[in-house]
Amino acid sequence: MRRGARTVADALVLAALVSYAIPFFWQLLTSFKPEAELLRVPPLLPNQLTLAHYRAVVEKSLMPQALANSFGIATLTTLLALALGIPGAYAVARLPLPGKRFLLLAIVASTAFPQIATVSPLYLLMRALELRDTWSGLVLVHTSFALPLTIWLLAGFIREIPIEAEEAASVDGAGLPGLFRWVVIPLLAPGLAATALLTFLFSWNEFLFAYTFTVSEASRTIPVALALFPGVFEVPWGDIAAASMLASLPPVLIVVGLQRFLVRGLVAGAVKE
Amino acid sequence: MTRREAANRRRGILLMAPTVLALGTLTVYPGVWVVWLSLQHRHPIFGVSRFAGLDNYTFLAVDSRFSSAAVTTFVFTVTSVALEVVLGVTAALAIHAQQGGRRVALSLLLLAWAMPAVVTAKLFEWLYHPTAGLLNVALGGHALNWLGDPRLALPAVVLADVWRTMPFVAVLCYARLLAIPAELYEAAQVDGAGRLATLVRITLPMLGRILLVAILFRTLDALRAFDLMFVLTGGGPAGTTETITVYAYRALFQTLQLGFGSALGVVVFALVMAVAWAYLRLLRTSTVTA
Repeated sequence: MRRGARTVADALVLAALVSYAIPFFWQLLTSFKPEAELLRVPPLLPNQLTLAHYRAVVEKSLMPQALANSFGIATLTTLLALALGIPGAYAVARLPLPGKRFLLLAIVASTAFPQIATVSPLYLLMRALELRDTWSGLVLVHTSFALPLTIWLLAGFIREIPIEAEEAASVDGAGLPGLFRWVVIPLLAPGLAATALLTFLFSWNEFLFAYTFTVSEASRTIPVALALFPGVFEVPWGDIAAASMLASLPPVLIVVGLQRFLVRGLVAGAVKE
Repeated sequence: MTRREAANRRRGILLMAPTVLALGTLTVYPGVWVVWLSLQHRHPIFGVSRFAGLDNYTFLAVDSRFSSAAVTTFVFTVTSVALEVVLGVTAALAIHAQQGGRRVALSLLLLAWAMPAVVTAKLFEWLYHPTAGLLNVALGGHALNWLGDPRLALPAVVLADVWRTMPFVAVLCYARLLAIPAELYEAAQVDGAGRLATLVRITLPMLGRILLVAILFRTLDALRAFDLMFVLTGGGPAGTTETITVYAYRALFQTLQLGFGSALGVVVFALVMAVAWAYLRLLRTSTVTA
């Protein structure tokens, strides 16, 4: 009896959370609705489903190029942020540094840095360096923005590595590259995954810089393409729904498939001193 | 200093150098440059570029659009953070009480948090559609113009923001709940504490510190929020959803007032830093146990 009550309570919580996600599911349903039924609600459920909107988005819009741009830029941003962040975080966690307290404060402060404050000088900088509308430009600004959090998270994870492992490696005569290759990176793997996921998501979702520094399909990322989704005479709600689903695909896959790492990263960012 | 210490120091500088270089060029240097820009009149289309002193800042004192944006920013921040905290704690408690299906529950919740804010804007634009929107249908077929009515637009934006960011608060609280030792609950049970007493005297106090951190993060995010209102309402109707950040962006890139827009950006920056500083002081002096 008691057990039955628990199952009912569990089901109620799940039902509440499913209804919480209704805005998403409604858009998912819309993306499969025939054009003629879009503006006729109720009924809530369509008579038939169609792939027409996805076909239109893939064949006639700039979305495929934007997906490729987003994927490339987010991947490169993640790799660059880790390449800079792993050594930086190791130095913060384990080594003496001149002005370390100030450096740490600067890193924490810059995680709260509002993008709007640097967007104007960065715009002038990008223009002067001819990096506007290029992948490189966005990768650089995304990396600089993600880096403080990357270092913050990684430094926390590095502190969890038993120092004996590193000392043993030093005694064996491993140099700095060897230490990273054989000790730090393998032991850091789960934390590294968590950090990489958050960095990737940041870059994939970022809008303000991407909207400002891109001009054409050469570098427009998926949020920008979605915000600028064209409608000729009327708003193409079905196509927009299909495009939003494509834009949410990597985040959804990460949430469903790699949830453990994601939650670990989120929590680590908040609880470390 | 021993040789080993000296070597470690060199290693530290070597490992940190690329980061310092990257942040120096792309964050610190623009951060100083923006202050310089904010002290100028710069209108690229008219070829105007001259030193203005504090003109851009003194203008803010009489700029009614700025005071309206400041009020909007304040109302948006306070209401959305308050709602997120109440809903987030509730969701965390509900998921924590579950026997099974926690993974699915977290997935459903994190879905809203993980997707781009621009997608959230598109989702809600469709939900708010005056005739075909699910919200009006659910409310019994009213033709409320959520994004076009000056009284409804800000609540509509707040709702979309709460939907998107409440899961962040919930996940942090949920992780904290998992770490509360079971003995505490057992002891409470032995003492004959009821469910409500346990919640008020054990669970909520244990959440105290992580909640303060979550509120800090969310407040800083809300103060600089941009994507959602920019895409959903563009700051309208009649400027009712225009935050300082949106005002700054439009000044910079729509009316091309590089100097004035930069001054607004500096104001957002100062606001965020002031709130963070005040809050951290509060955190340090408060006697919240965790």
